[in-house]
Amino acid sequence: MDQSPLNPELPTLGKSNIATEVPGKARKNMKNKEWKLFWKNRELSLLFLPGFIYKLVLAYLPMIGIIIAFKNYRYDLGIIGSKWIGFKNFEFFFASQDAFRVTRNTIFYNLGYMTITTIAALAFAVMLNEISQRSVKVYQTIMFLPYFLSWVIVSYITYAFLDYNSGYINHFLQSIGLAPKQWYLDYRPWPYILNAAHLWKAIGFSTLVYYAGIIGIDTDYYEAARIDGASRMQMIFKITLPMLTPLIVILLILAIGGMFRGDFGLHYFIPNNSGPTFPTTDIIDTYVYRALRALGDISMSAAVGFYQSVVGLILVVGANYVVKKMNDENSLF
Amino acid sequence: MRTTVRPIQWPTFLINLVFIITSLGIVLPFLLVVSVSFTDEKSILNHGYQFIPEVFSLAGYQVIFEAPIVLLRAYGVTTLITVVGTTLSLLLTAMTGYVISRSDYRYNRIATFYIFFTMLFSGGLVPFYILITQYLHLKDSIWALIIPGLLNPFNIIVMRGFLSKIPTEIIESAKIDGAKEFRIFFTMILPLAKPALATLGLFISFSYWNEWFNALLFIDNHNLYTLQLLLVNVLSQIEFLLSQPEMMQALHISVADLPNLSARMGMAVLVAGPMLCIFPFFQRYFVKGLTVGSLKG
Repeated sequence: MDQSPLNPELPTLGKSNIATEVPGKARKNMKNKEWKLFWKNRELSLLFLPGFIYKLVLAYLPMIGIIIAFKNYRYDLGIIGSKWIGFKNFEFFFASQDAFRVTRNTIFYNLGYMTITTIAALAFAVMLNEISQRSVKVYQTIMFLPYFLSWVIVSYITYAFLDYNSGYINHFLQSIGLAPKQWYLDYRPWPYILNAAHLWKAIGFSTLVYYAGIIGIDTDYYEAARIDGASRMQMIFKITLPMLTPLIVILLILAIGGMFRGDFGLHYFIPNNSGPTFPTTDIIDTYVYRALRALGDISMSAAVGFYQSVVGLILVVGANYVVKKMNDENSLF
Repeated sequence: MRTTVRPIQWPTFLINLVFIITSLGIVLPFLLVVSVSFTDEKSILNHGYQFIPEVFSLAGYQVIFEAPIVLLRAYGVTTLITVVGTTLSLLLTAMTGYVISRSDYRYNRIATFYIFFTMLFSGGLVPFYILITQYLHLKDSIWALIIPGLLNPFNIIVMRGFLSKIPTEIIESAKIDGAKEFRIFFTMILPLAKPALATLGLFISFSYWNEWFNALLFIDNHNLYTLQLLLVNVLSQIEFLLSQPEMMQALHISVADLPNLSARMGMAVLVAGPMLCIFPFFQRYFVKGLTVGSLKG
């Protein structure tokens, strides 16, 4: 147990396991040895068992269910009994205009959320570090509030602004002599609204993550820089940001991995599931949900979900690979 | 970084200004909803939603509390899943995270991969839906709201990050004293992990309190509505009725019968309120918990 706990890659054979092996019995039956080691770890394995079973049933079993995407699923026949139809479900989806629309929306929105939130949160975290502790606490608490609201509640808030008859914005428009707008029946303003809503909700959490990272930086660096006569700006760009890079990169890899997974709540509740806004609000997740619950097209929606999962996996492994090539230290795995 | 002398104060002033504006931008939307819930209905119809009520009124809340049973039941369901879900989830997360944090555990690597792979790849919504409804038969069951949220890999990362900082000597010495792994975990590790448990417990309880996704998927029975699902249905049903004037005529419903605007916002306030009141008291734990369990753990 002399290795760093931060580095789980190295010895899976812990010291305690090896130490009990008697050297003279090296030629002993491998099976027997493995069993002994297993027996030695039985208690920890037992502690792990509930988690193992849980993930097996709720995460790994559904992976087998992916074959639904290649079948014509019927409730009465079950997964095994339903007929194979090959790639028909995929053909149907990709032949429709929806495939392009939801894929484009999912990717562009995620890119937007990623860049806007990261830049804003970094800026806020750096600024927080420059002001007094007491005001930091106040600002942080306020900025964190929306993070703990559900999208359902947030949809009530946006509704208070956007409602056609009584919404705050329409009344404001009228008061300065402009015509009120049917926000929920127009697809054009939604990219801005959704980005704003996302930033509003996520900024507190992201700022906190980066701020926690900044606090973790060794103050010696700053002391040394100050002695050398570095300005505040120089410290930010030469110390703070480089030290935060690993954290930023990990969060970005995770975000890229989730590029094909959209925020269902944001895109379902904020536009109020309103049809006319679909051209700019519909993402893969809302599409799959509608195909499943509203249209009842189970196999097709499974096919879309499969497409989403596979591309998501490729993206995260790819992003990690690229980061590893550039700088091994920063990669996620 | 606290400097001893600050010759120029204007950057600090500017930064504070930026934060004050941002804070206003975050708080004002809340205030709008709260203020609407206290506004007289007629005044809303005439002037729309306002930040300061033109005519103050408690009528919205009166409407809600005339028939409180629906809301109270939703509170009950939400409280139940929050308490049961958080307790079970914390225990499960701590157990799993602890085993993974033990670098002398023989199957450490494979166990870690087993958990984290579920973050990278999943069967998707449809197989999950079929599993819950067709195979586990949890449709319209309270467990459909609790079980899916029990073990989140992200929480395990945080937990592992925290637990791996506990000195291994403690575990070693307990072993020498003859303690078994279960005893070590329950009597030593869990008490030591209190800060992590508190942080994660808060995050988990917030996510159960805000649960709507599984409710939307699996709950049709009105008695099992969570608070959030109740809100979803209130808004979507009103929207639906308002968009179908013919139907309202056929059903003999007039606009006046619908929950009025202030009552709707009052519901939102009553649902979000408790969490928002509790939250600031726990805020200080978050920074600590997040610093300790930062991602790479």
